[in-house]
Order: sequence, then C-alpha cells, then structure tokens
Amino acid sequence: MAKDGTRNRPLSPHLQIWRWGPHMFVSILHRVTGDGMAFAGLGVLLWWLGALAGGPASYETFSWAMTTPIGYLVLVGISWAFFSHMMSGLRHFVLDVGGGFELKTNKTWSVVCPILGVLATVAFWAILLLR
Amino acid sequence: MGNGTSIGRVRGLGSAKHGVHHWLLQRFTAIGNLLSVLFLVVSILLLPDMSYATVVEWISRPVPAVVMILLVFSTFWHARLGLQVLVEDYVHDHANKFACIAALNLAAVGGIAFGAFCIIRLALGAHA
Repeated sequence: MAKDGTRNRPLSPHLQIWRWGPHMFVSILHRVTGDGMAFAGLGVLLWWLGALAGGPASYETFSWAMTTPIGYLVLVGISWAFFSHMMSGLRHFVLDVGGGFELKTNKTWSVVCPILGVLATVAFWAILLLR
Repeated sequence: MGNGTSIGRVRGLGSAKHGVHHWLLQRFTAIGNLLSVLFLVVSILLLPDMSYATVVEWISRPVPAVVMILLVFSTFWHARLGLQVLVEDYVHDHANKFACIAALNLAAVGGIAFGAFCIIRLALGAHA
C-alpha cells in the first residue's frame, strides 16, 4: 500500500518553515479560488441553467435565493474567485513561456494579480448595480 | 521488464508519460474558459436585466447558446483536471484516491450533460 512507504519517513519542510512571500500567497490563492469555483461556481451555474430550463416558477426560486444576503455573498464570492483566478492564471501563462521569473518581477506580479482580481470584481458589481 | 540488473528494475517505472497531456489540456481549457466566461461576464453587463424573459431570449439565440454550451464543456473539463491534481496531492490511499477520481469523472460528465441539455432545450424553444 502507498501508506507503507510514507510511514515514519521524514517530512519535507512545509508552509510554516518558509518565510512568507507574495508568490506563495498567489499560488495558494490560485488553488483555493479554482477549487472553490469548481464546487460553488459550477453549482450555481448549473442551478441557473436548470432554473431557466425549468420555467418561470423555478427561475423565480433561483432569483429569490440569489438576491438574499447569503445569495449576494455567494455571487460576489464566485465573481471574485473568477477574476482572481483569471489574473493569477494569466500570470501562469507568462511563467509557462519562461517569463517573469526574475525575483523582483515575480514578486511584483504576485502582489499585483490579487489586487487586479479585487479591482475587476468591484468594477463588475459597480457597473451591474449602478447602471 | 527484467529484474536481474538495476536498469531492468527501473525500466517501465517512473512517470506514466501522461503528464504533458494533462498539462496541455489544462492550458487549452483555460483559454476556453477565459474567452467563454468573459463572453458571459460582458453579456450579463450588457443585458438590461436578469429577468426570466430577458435571459431566456438571450440564451435562445444561436451565438450565446453555442458559447454557453462551450463554456459548460470548458469549465467542467478544466475543473475536472484541477480537482484531479487536488485529489492526487492530498488523497494518498490508493482506494480512496480511486473512489475520488471515479466520483469526479461522474460529476464532471454529469454536469456537462445537464448544462448542455438545459441550454439546447431552451435554444430549441421548449420553454414556457
């Protein structure tokens, strides 16, 4: 079994060993927002499509749920997760082609990506609610 | 695979050689997600409201219907690949890992089928 090989083995240094830096944060944020969306985001997406296909009555239920305080919290959370994941994902594309590995550049974009994600979320909801 | 020499024991082990395919698909679907979800974001901002009549009229049109079907495909596929990595990182027991990947595949295919069916049903006019 897989467990036999790992029992009583020395562990590699984990999160609490390293001095924290923004690149660690943005990497973990990418996983959290991605896997968060995989559950909450795709769940709401299917509910939305299912409610549309179900007819006006089921869409009424969906609209009611999504305009409660918890509903707004979920929608704002999903939109923030999307924009954050999109920004750190674009960062990954740059890293994939070998760019942005210089220490200063890497640190800069690790800080900028999450901020851009928040700004895009604010802009989205501002346009949606203030139009 | 022989077991007489050290090279014989090593041969056939190591990586499964499928990692690059997974890595590439994660990128291809990421591009699909970028385009299709931004289409949805802009559409939501351009629609006058999110009422049933408005949204059904929008999603029944050919281009939004096709893009939304592609969105369902791309996002579920991307999520399936991402969650597979999550499972492989944190679920070490063979049987549990197998069960997680099996459930993940069923959920991903089920989600794609349901989402695509709903959109096609709306686009072909089977709604109130």
